[in-house]
This record gives sequence, structure tokens and C-alpha cells, in this order.
Amino acid sequence: MHELSIALNLVEIVEEAARRAGAECVVAVHLRLGAMSGVVREALEFCFPLAAQDTLLADARLEIEMVPLVLACEPCGREVRPAKGSFRCPFCGTPSAQICQGRELEVSGIEVPDSEPTVEEAETSACSGSEMDDRPGTADGKRDVGR
Amino acid sequence: MSTPRLLEIRQGVLSKNDRLAAELRQRFHAAGVFVVNLLSSPGAGKTRLLEETLRRMGTDLRVAALVGDLATDNDALRLARSGAPVRQIQTGDMCHLEAHLVEQHLDGWNLDDLDVLFIENVGNLVCPTGYDLGEAARAVLLSVTEGEDKPLKYPGAFVSADCVVVTKMDLAEAVEFDQRAAEANIASVHPGVPIVYTSARTGAGLDAWMEWLEHHRCSSHR
Repeated sequence: MHELSIALNLVEIVEEAARRAGAECVVAVHLRLGAMSGVVREALEFCFPLAAQDTLLADARLEIEMVPLVLACEPCGREVRPAKGSFRCPFCGTPSAQICQGRELEVSGIEVPDSEPTVEEAETSACSGSEMDDRPGTADGKRDVGR
Repeated sequence: MSTPRLLEIRQGVLSKNDRLAAELRQRFHAAGVFVVNLLSSPGAGKTRLLEETLRRMGTDLRVAALVGDLATDNDALRLARSGAPVRQIQTGDMCHLEAHLVEQHLDGWNLDDLDVLFIENVGNLVCPTGYDLGEAARAVLLSVTEGEDKPLKYPGAFVSADCVVVTKMDLAEAVEFDQRAAEANIASVHPGVPIVYTSARTGAGLDAWMEWLEHHRCSSHR
């Protein structure tokens, strides 16, 4: 159960990227999660809101794309997708240790509000669901969360 | 309401750990230290195997160990009896070691004075798998008491192994360990990975384990 560490790492990376882009909040995080990443999707989904508290990701959605295991099969000379829990080529039955994909644990992208909201837009902007506006240091979107 | 814009990032979630591990690997290589990361479930016999390994290796080489546990320094005390420098890494509630913990605990050791460093990971076959510690080789232990199908249940760890060490072979008969089935299961998740069968208690198979280490130590310096 290391999904909380993973979630904290995820939040840190995304916050840095969001700050670089000058965004004051993050609307969504797109994550590619390999079948062999060792990360349990449900556990990560549970931990994500905890890790995201009091950060630019406080109201962000976590969108997970599962990446199936793909092996290189030498006898068949191609990439194959084995049955769940198997490391054998579904065509010739040869086990393979050459993993082409399935280890991914990668942020593919994030969604941030398109631009600085105008005064009128501020109430309905993508960030407005956040309670952050009441807190110190949030006005310029550069509040340090201490990690 | 403005439409969100999508920023492409494509960054590994563990990229910070990976970067630090790559730096450590360079440091280890430059200092000529062969580093082995030992992984297994709790109670598979990492510390016992390491005790014997340090004792045997220590006669010819300068060996040290870092040992990770959630709490206590019991393992470090056991290993220190071998005479090798040993440090305990207490992870608190963390179920695995990370590169920054390894880096912190190297502080004060001169790597040039070492030939081999063992890192005994926290007992866990899931979480440590994705964390590179800058090691040159990873050995995954499987004790005969755990059942032959462990590699099928926890393929991630066995896929990442450079060597699988089957431990507690002195108990094999008592627990009706099916060596052929274990071998087939290991081969089905990681075909071709070397397997050594050991008993730290009787000493059986330890020569093969030492040979594997020595072979990899020499080839890692090339």
C-alpha cells in the first residue's frame, strides 16, 4: 500500500507543472497506469483527494487510463497482449520477459483553466468550486504548500 | 465559464526518485561499489541470508549494508555482528525504501572504501518494486514456506529480479516444497532469470549465491 506516496508524488509534479504554466488551479489530471505498475487503481483514487488537499489540485479530477501489458514474443516476432495474469504469448505459448508496455506510471497531461478569469467570470470559473480563495496566499496562486 | 486547456506533460510520477537513483548509480559506479537491492516478503530470510553473505564476503572484500524496516534496529544489530558497517533505515510507516533515504544514510561513509553495498529493502513484494535505489543488481528472495505460486501472485517483483534466491531449503521437505513447480512459476513470469537454492542455516547453495554475486560484481565494473 504505497499509493499515498504515489499520490503525493503525483500532486507535487502536477503542482510544479501548473505553476510553470501560470495556472491558479488544476481542473483534471490525466494519468497512464500500467497493469504492471504495482499500483492499485482504487487505492490511488482513494488517496488522491487526501494528497490533493490544500494544493492547486484540491478540486481536480483524476482521470486514469489503464495501460495493458504488452510483451515482445520472439518466436512470433511481434508484440502480443497476454491473458490477465499471464506472461505467455497467447498465440504460441512462449513466456516472455520483454515488457513493451504495462509499467507506466505517468502523468500524460493536465487540464488548467484557459486563462485568467475576468471579475465576472471569477464566480463561475473552473477554480471557483475551491475553498482556496479564503485562505492566505491564494490570491496570486503561488501559495507554498510546504512539500 | 472558460474551457480548460490541456497541457501535455508526459512525466513519470516517480521521476524524482528515478533521477536521484541515476545519480546514486553514477556515484556507486565511480567509486567501484557493487550495490545489490534485496527484496522479499516479510520473513523470507533476507537478514539471515545477508548475515551469512556479509560473513563470507567480508574476508576478501569491504562490504557494508543498509537495512530498511518500518521500526526497530534489530536487523542492523544482527548484521553488525558480522563486523561489517551496517546502518538501519527506519521508514516510519513507509512500506518501501526510496533513493533519497539511501542517499541520506550514506552520509559519512566514504564509498571509495567499499567494494559491495547491500540494501535490504522493507519486507514487501509489491511497493519496493517500482523504486529504483541506484542498485546494480536486484535479488528477489522466495522462501520455501511461502508456497511455489508466489511468483504468480506477485509477478512485478519477480519480473524485476536479476536473480531469484530460494531460501530456507532445509525446510523444503517439511513443507513439501515442489521445486519443479516453483521453477516453472518463476520461469513463466521471468524466463531465463537465474535461480539459486539456498539454506543459510546449513550453508547449502551459498557458494552458488556467492558466485552469482561475484560474477555480477566483476561484470558491473567493466
